[in-house]
Amino acid sequence: MKKVFINGPITPAFIANSIEKHQSKHSIGAHNIFLGQVRADVIKDKTVAGIDFTCYEDMAHPILDDIREKAFKTFNLTCMHIYHSLGEIKAGEVCFFVFVSAKHSKEVYAATEYLVNIVKKKVPIFGKEIFEDESHQWKVNK
Amino acid sequence: MAVIKYFGAIAEVTNCNEEQIEVSDLKVSDCLELLNEKYNLNTIDVSVALNQNLVDRESTIKLSDNDEIALLPPFAGG
Repeated sequence: MKKVFINGPITPAFIANSIEKHQSKHSIGAHNIFLGQVRADVIKDKTVAGIDFTCYEDMAHPILDDIREKAFKTFNLTCMHIYHSLGEIKAGEVCFFVFVSAKHSKEVYAATEYLVNIVKKKVPIFGKEIFEDESHQWKVNK
Repeated sequence: MAVIKYFGAIAEVTNCNEEQIEVSDLKVSDCLELLNEKYNLNTIDVSVALNQNLVDRESTIKLSDNDEIALLPPFAGG
């Protein structure tokens, strides 16, 4: 079981460190990164200050293992990492980090899009959008 | 006894994260009906997982002791 969930925001330092760790892997010629950032949406005159993420981890981990296995079979990847935040993440902070590496660029574009979409659709993660006045609503992926 | 787990918007309505339920001769669909009567969950789009796998809300699978049923609101990762 690979580590996916991180308590709190995914920091620029964490992302930089992930890139650095791959510099010793000399078969890699292409990396691609997707970063999901919390938006300060304005809904009925109220501004989203942050999202509090929770997850059904016992269900999420086997689903993530399947996603990873299928992506390695489908795309010619060398490395794949998926990270998602739990807890309260403020607007402007990064909550989702997908990092794929391969020999060539073509594979990494397709794999990134696939992974981002399937994680949003299949992994039981829930988000409470907290407004600046501390009221909230539940986020639903479109 | 089986355990029912609640998440997100559903846990907010039930006001707890989990509870035990007596399951003798109870199907998944019966269990949902009971919980719906208790908490009036009709306003939320609920998915159901039995032992961490999604099942149909109308499922006639019989529940057993130690099963874990989870009521899941819409997913919102990313």
